Amino acid sequence: MTALSELFAAHHATCDLAFADAEVAGVEARWTEATTTLGRFDALMKTHFASEEETLFPAFEKATGMTQGPTQMMRLEHEQMRALLGRLGTAVTTQDPDEFAGAAETLLVLMQQHNLKEERMLYPMCDRAVGGDAGVVAAVTAQLAS
Amino acid sequence: MSAALSFEQAPPLSVPFRFFLTAPLFGIAAGVLFALEGDAVLESRWSLQAFAVVHLLTVGFMLQVMVGALLQFLPVAAGANVWRPRLLANLVHPALTLGAVALVAGFLGAGAWTMQVAAVLLGAGVLLFGAAASVGLWRSPAIGPTLRVLQLAVAGLLVATGLGVTLASGFGWRLAVPFVLLQQLHLAWGLLGWALMLVVGVAYLVVPMFQLTPPYALRPSRALPAALLASLSCWTLGALADVAWLAWWATVLGAAGTVGFAAYTLRLQARRKRKVTDTTLRAWRVGMACLLLAVPVSVLARLGWPASLLPRVEYLLGVTVLAGAFPAVIAGMLYKIVPFIEWMHLQRVMTLPPTMQKVIPDARARWQWRLFVASLVLLAGAAAWAPLAVPGGLLFAAACALLEWHLLRAVQLYRSLTPR
Repeated sequence: MTALSELFAAHHATCDLAFADAEVAGVEARWTEATTTLGRFDALMKTHFASEEETLFPAFEKATGMTQGPTQMMRLEHEQMRALLGRLGTAVTTQDPDEFAGAAETLLVLMQQHNLKEERMLYPMCDRAVGGDAGVVAAVTAQLAS
Repeated sequence: MSAALSFEQAPPLSVPFRFFLTAPLFGIAAGVLFALEGDAVLESRWSLQAFAVVHLLTVGFMLQVMVGALLQFLPVAAGANVWRPRLLANLVHPALTLGAVALVAGFLGAGAWTMQVAAVLLGAGVLLFGAAASVGLWRSPAIGPTLRVLQLAVAGLLVATGLGVTLASGFGWRLAVPFVLLQQLHLAWGLLGWALMLVVGVAYLVVPMFQLTPPYALRPSRALPAALLASLSCWTLGALADVAWLAWWATVLGAAGTVGFAAYTLRLQARRKRKVTDTTLRAWRVGMACLLLAVPVSVLARLGWPASLLPRVEYLLGVTVLAGAFPAVIAGMLYKIVPFIEWMHLQRVMTLPPTMQKVIPDARARWQWRLFVASLVLLAGAAAWAPLAVPGGLLFAAACALLEWHLLRAVQLYRSLTPR
């Protein structure tokens, strides 16, 4: 059975690649391409958030009883990232490369420090708490692949 | 653990910013002093003017930013909470600032009492910071090699400061301390044990983060700090026991560690997935190039060859490391972390906070980078033709002034958007 930490870290890398494609298209004002690449990145991000918020975090919270701790913080950061994704979408619609570049850079740093905390702290904790639960692993595998 | 991941544990904006805003002022002073006293500095690194310039850069500029950044960084990157950050900053910041001023004044002949003040303030300030950071790092739940490297860096700072305080006390209270021996150890622990070790630890985190490079592989990322630590151990034992071959091993290990780190970082950056090139990436590249350049120069300096040019070779080493490598990386980092911290705080109080590019646009940062690189070229050129010291020093001061201006404008924007 693949470790939860590996599944989610691999999906982070997929999101990173999609981000890089969308960022350069928007910064260079290639709006048709930006629409497509941002669309793909946005969908990947939302899939990732959903698999964490609907499956991984509730399982972790149930197993450990920690409902106000790290998972709450991660949810809050998901909200911040959703807001920046929204700004990227608006920047593409209004064809504003400066706004796009600013929102993209901010999202990049936010996303990376978020991933760092998950990969170095939260995911290892999830492996220990619910990593042996085949149901959880199967569910997130399916969600992340969708 | 729950507290370790909570953003409420990230310190108030004023905690890191006070250090960031103070640092470039010391950089300006270093540039101006070098422009005025370039001849003495070029003549010998043992001149008091050279000590003054070096400590404006290290204790004034580098230490301020590094302490401020760690106070911000530790909770986020290492899950290491620092106890009462505001109180800590209220004590550490004035101690480091006044201590650096006193130290430089002492070198410039303001009297033995200024050295006494410097020894007490810098010793107390660093000890307090080191203790708080160590407690946080020790209790961190994070995994990975970064944590160990940051622990080593803080230990390196404490050793370097202990040696420096002993030296300053020697000046201040006219004690018979072995100056040359202590100075050799102080320099090695400060540059390799603290500054480079910290840059290595920070690089492991931010190089992949900011440019989407592959991560530093586990084995080299453990070998690098081990090589630096082994180099320092050989250097210390060699100096204490007066064994020449140990000191040579120290040079070899230190050179290998430095080249390995800089070359590996450049290689990772070349393989980055992010396609947008920003000032931070450029600054890191300049910094790594300076580190690569420093290695052959330091070997020449160790060989003492050519003897007639030794002061110039040592000066060039100082330029590559103290004016080049560390300030480059520091400026590159400030242009990323200051806008991000500001956005992070503003998004709590408004729905459409200015993005990082609105806080400090990259085009503006690029001008600072251009000035900085031009100053480096002139400063390095001064090793061959001394009159270049004046424009080199002034341009370095101007680059630091521009950095300060950009940071001040960022703070001004923050103030205009937050209710008082």
